[in-house]
This record gives sequence, C-alpha cells and structure tokens, in this order.
Amino acid sequence: MSTATGTTGIGVSDVLARCREENRAALVGYLPVGFPTVEGSIAAMVAMVEAGVDIVEVGIPYSDPLMDGPVIAYAADQALKHGVRVGDVFTATRAVRDAGAPPLVMSYWNLILRHGPTAFATDLAAAGGAGIITPDLIPDEAGEWIAASDASGLDRVFLVAPSSTDERIASVTERCRGFVYAVSHMGVTGARTSMGDAASVIVSRTKAATDLPVCVGLGVSTGAQAAEVAAYADGVIVGSALVRCLTEAADLESGITVLRALVAELAEGVRSGR
Amino acid sequence: MTDQTPATPAHGLVPEPVARPGRFGDFGGRYVPEALIPALEELDEARRKAMVDPEFLGELERLHRTYTGRPSIITEVPRFAEHAGGARIILKREDLNHTGSHKINNVLAQALLTKRMGKSRVIAETGAGQHGVATATAAALMGLECVIYMGKVDTERQALNVARMRMLGAEVRPVPTGSATLKDAINDALRDWVTNVEDTHYILGTVTGPHPFPEMVRDFHRIIGVEARAQVLDTAGRLPDAVIACVGGGSNAMGIFHRFLDDTDVRLIGVEAGGEGVEGGRHAARFAASSPGVLHGTFSYLMQDDDGQTLESHSISAGLDYPSVGPEHAHLRDTGRAEYRYATDEQAMKAFELLCRTEGIIPAIESAHALAGAIEVGRELGPDALLLVNLSGRGDKDMHTAAEYFGLIDGDAVPPGTADEPGAEGDGRTQL
Ligand SMILES: Cc1ncc(COP(=O)(O)O)c(C=O)c1O
Repeated sequence: MSTATGTTGIGVSDVLARCREENRAALVGYLPVGFPTVEGSIAAMVAMVEAGVDIVEVGIPYSDPLMDGPVIAYAADQALKHGVRVGDVFTATRAVRDAGAPPLVMSYWNLILRHGPTAFATDLAAAGGAGIITPDLIPDEAGEWIAASDASGLDRVFLVAPSSTDERIASVTERCRGFVYAVSHMGVTGARTSMGDAASVIVSRTKAATDLPVCVGLGVSTGAQAAEVAAYADGVIVGSALVRCLTEAADLESGITVLRALVAELAEGVRSGR
Repeated sequence: MTDQTPATPAHGLVPEPVARPGRFGDFGGRYVPEALIPALEELDEARRKAMVDPEFLGELERLHRTYTGRPSIITEVPRFAEHAGGARIILKREDLNHTGSHKINNVLAQALLTKRMGKSRVIAETGAGQHGVATATAAALMGLECVIYMGKVDTERQALNVARMRMLGAEVRPVPTGSATLKDAINDALRDWVTNVEDTHYILGTVTGPHPFPEMVRDFHRIIGVEARAQVLDTAGRLPDAVIACVGGGSNAMGIFHRFLDDTDVRLIGVEAGGEGVEGGRHAARFAASSPGVLHGTFSYLMQDDDGQTLESHSISAGLDYPSVGPEHAHLRDTGRAEYRYATDEQAMKAFELLCRTEGIIPAIESAHALAGAIEVGRELGPDALLLVNLSGRGDKDMHTAAEYFGLIDGDAVPPGTADEPGAEGDGRTQL
C-alpha cells in the first residue's frame, strides 16, 4: 500500500504525506488535456502547479463522459473537435512532472482499454505519470488494470460514493493505491453552492476501512469550500471550477490569470481548514 | 489483490472470463461509476426475487393479458413472401401490443419492479420514441413520475412520439449534446440516475448497459419467443428454419431468439442497420465493422475510432441508430449460434413499402430491417423454407419519415407502385 513513484520524481503518496506533516490537506487540480488546445492546456496545468496545486489530475477528453456535468463535458467536446488525441496525455504528464508535481491521469476506461492497459501503463510511467483515476472502472472489473499498474508501479485510484455499502468501501479501498477518491455527493461533476454533510460522512466511513489518504472530489469551487473539506479530508479535488476559468475566458492568457488566482485562493483554503 | 488472472484474453482486451454473473463469454460486465453499484445490486436482487414470486409473475401475466394484449398473434404473409423466394413467412405481431411495439413487455415488468423497490420516479432514454412512449404509459398506469431523455435529432424525426409522451404526462428532455441521438440520451439518463438514484429507477430500454440490465431485459422479452415457438409449431407443425429480427440494442431479437437457443437446427438471424452502406462509415452495422469496447457500462462490439472514442452511427431508423449492441448478441455472434447481417436504409424502405402494399401492414422502420433480411434469407433458402420474423413495432410513428422518403405529401401523393405485380422481383424496386 505504499506509493508508486513511477520512474521519476515524487509520488502521490509522498506529496500527501508531506501535506499531512504540514497539517493541511493537499490540493488536487483537474484540467482536461486539449482545451483550448494541447499546448494551451499544458500551459494552464503548469500554471496551476506554480500557483499552488500539489497534484495535477490530467483528464483525457472522452466522447461519452457520463460522470461529467456540463462544464467538463463542454471542454471535452471542444477538445475532441479540435483534434485532441489520447497520446497527447503523455505530453501533458511529462510537462506537469517537469513542473514539479505528480500527474495523475483521469480517464474513462474505454480509452485505456483501446490503447491496451499494459501498453498504457508502460507509456504513462515512461512519461512521468504517477497513476490513473478510473471513474467508470470498479475494482471488480479491473483485473487487467490491477496487474498492469502493479507491473508499471503506478498508483490506481478507485472511487467510493455516499451510496457505497461498508463492504464495497472495504473492497474498493483494498485495491486502491495512492489515495481513495471519495465522491462528495450523488451526482456528476460541477460546482455546488454547499458541500453538505454527505462528504464528511463518506470520508469518515472510508477512513474506518483504510489507512490510505482520502481525497474528496465533486462540487468544490471556492477557497471557503476547500477549507471546509480540508478540515476532514486528506486532499481536496477541484475540477469544474478550474475548467470554467478557461471556458469563460476571452483568451487563454486571461483564462490562465483567473486560473492562477483561483488556485491561490484554493491553496489558501486547504491551509486554513484545520 | 484480485481473483482474476490477467492472462492472454480472447480479444487481447479482457481477462479470461471467470465465472461471474453478468458476463456472456467475455462480454457484458459493469463499467459504471461506483455510485451506481448499490442500485444495480438492489435491482439485481429485486428482479431475482420477482422472477420466482408468484405474485409478481401473476400481476405481470394479468397486465400482459388485459393491458398489453398478449399473447400477440402470428400472421402468415404469403403475398409478401412471393418476393422472398416463395418461402413461407410468419410474422410475430409485436406491433399489435398496446403502445405499438415490443417495448411494453420490458417496461411493464420494470415498472412493477420500481414499485416493489419503493421508488416513485422513473427515467428512460428513447431513440424511436417507442420505449419512451411505453415508459410514459406504464408510469401513467402506475402513478409514477416520469422523465424521458431523447436526442434532439430524434425528437425531430419522431415528433409524434414526443407529443404522445407529453400527452401521457411524461416530461421529455431533448438532449442536444454529442450526436444528439440515442447514445447521448443514455448519457443524460445515466447522469440523472446517479444524481437521483435514491427515489429513481432507470428503465433501460434494451439489452445493453451494466449487469443486470442485459439479462433482465432479455428475460422480460423472452415471452415473445415462448409464444411464437408454440404458435409456429401449432400452425406449421414444425419449427422454423430461421428466426429473424432487427437488432438495435437487441431486445426484440433476444426476446424472440432466447426460447430457440437450444433448437440448434433453427438459425437465429439478426439484422442490423446498414444505413447508407457500411463502406462509407454511415451505418449502425456493428458486427460488420466494429471491435470490442466499452460503452454505457457494458463490454461489447462498439463503433469506435483508434483512440476508443465512440463513433456516430447512422440509420434512417432512430431505434437502430446506436453504436454498440447488447453483449449477449456479441457472445452469440462470436460463438456462431446467431448470425448477423445488415439491411441498408434503401433495402429497409423497400421492404417497408412491400409489406404495406402486399399485406396491409405498416411496419416500424426498425422492423422493416428484419423484413429486408427475410427477403434475402427467403431467396437464399427457397420455397421450402419456413421463416419466423419478429415484427417488433408498427409504423405509425414513422409516417413522417416515410412520407418524406416516398414523397407522399406534396403533389405526387402515390409512389409508383409495383408491389402487387407478382414477380416484381426483377424491377429493381424490391430487389435486395
Ligand atoms: C419497433 C422497434 N423495433 C426495434 C427497436 C430496436 O430496439 P431493440 O434492438 O432493443 O429491439 C426499436 C427501438 O426503439 C423499436 O421501436
């Protein structure tokens, strides 16, 4: 259950351990590769690292993103229309790694299946990737991925949700490496006005089952919410709110400026929650 | 860490099948967010209990008898069959069911399950609108709140069914994203489900999706084949040489095939939508041109690009316009128990017209694909053959498309008809 280090650099578990020492939650920031362009998305990811994100979640746009709300679905759709390819993710992970943060890929399963799970794991490790978050792959179906990630030393992050039974939480967390992704509420990605109690409940239920760090995702969009979640979670995952900085901007440069400001606010939040 | 052996898989894609529920050979499974797993388990348990509960089975049987109109009749179509090599052709008349297609079989059963699970709201996707209409109907009958997701393209080509659903009290939500057809409607239905799963059941309309849907929906349609087998034996004194059905997701086909699986002399023939032809890529003939992959929670054949992005399918028939296919069909195909061919838009519309003109039956355009397949198979097998064709639905909903296709509305109201001339095979219009 220790972290995977990939082939180069600091691992996800190392970052989470360091944050724990600093008595704070980690900030995990999501952006999809290819929006608005491959280069633009990479510039935005690097900017996030500079502005205070601890771990970057690099999304691969998918034609049928059924876990995603309108903001991320729109960005994915645009990225695909502009011709983003699955292989572009490796360019992004390399750049994030060089910027000093561990890159975790977030991908729907068919893209990895098509590439070949073993080949994907090998290619990702070679590109400095730390592991993969698989939103539509449950451990029960993940035999090949578990073997491939073991062979390549990659982290594998499965999800638990407020609806998960204790037995499911136990079996999911047993197969995670790096951290456990706790979905804050029942629904798809997208900013929410309030985080509610469901998130803290699922975190404490998950912590009862595992010693792995537990990071919370779905719905966080402000520094205040990040602080609220940082009080009980090991990491705060932010997606749609960051993507929206880019989708709503007039151009990439101004988008990145807004993005840096939001990351700084969120980084402040994860440091003030406890 | 895992009980699966990551050995060399059959398709180079998945581990050797371990005996586990929800798999048909390599195909099937449950590729959905963890958040939905408890609902799928709850559903699985509820349907298992229901299928051995005399009360549930009795209630479903009563509904089918007094509401659906079961058993549906069979009709022999000799004038149509003259154009199919003179083979003997019998239609299973699912078009005569209440709401106009086979879809009601599955929907009534799932609506009963919804009540047994204590849920008050149902959602569904729909392509042609038949499944949406059936779901709206069952919701009205049982007092359930109902939301239907339908691709925007489909709301336009099946506008009449949108009005029917709204008339029945359902909310219809047009889905503008992606290709704005059936696959995108399923995406939005799944998003709704994961958000509202506590009080909502997703009445999936075909034999795809995560386990237990493919198995459960098949079981609810199995009555088609059970009835038809007995009816054909009664009428013809023997089993058919082939059973033919159109395949979108594959529910009407699984429904009529399943009872015949052990009758190994009976050929099971699925007909997919060939659209504008397989060469140009504008089709939904998954078995003619696709490869295994995951979409909407199941591992099956899938139209996808080199990266694994779903490709858009195309068909004149909204109900067959789907880039994947039920996993049990994938298994039946790979094991050779069933065979699959396709009919193009043009072939299907010729068969559509032919059945209208020769038998006075207006089929759904989906079902017309099965008829086109029957014409081909009849010609291959000759006059001694006995074919059972599933007429999965009626064509009222398709009048707009047909009127446009045949130019029935402005001026030239009557298409040049030759269908009632015996031996019209040679004129090119009914040639398949
Ligand atoms: C009349 C009719 N037949 C067939 C289909 C295709 O579905 P399936 O392949 O699940 O039977 C539809 C779907 O809408 C339909 O309305």
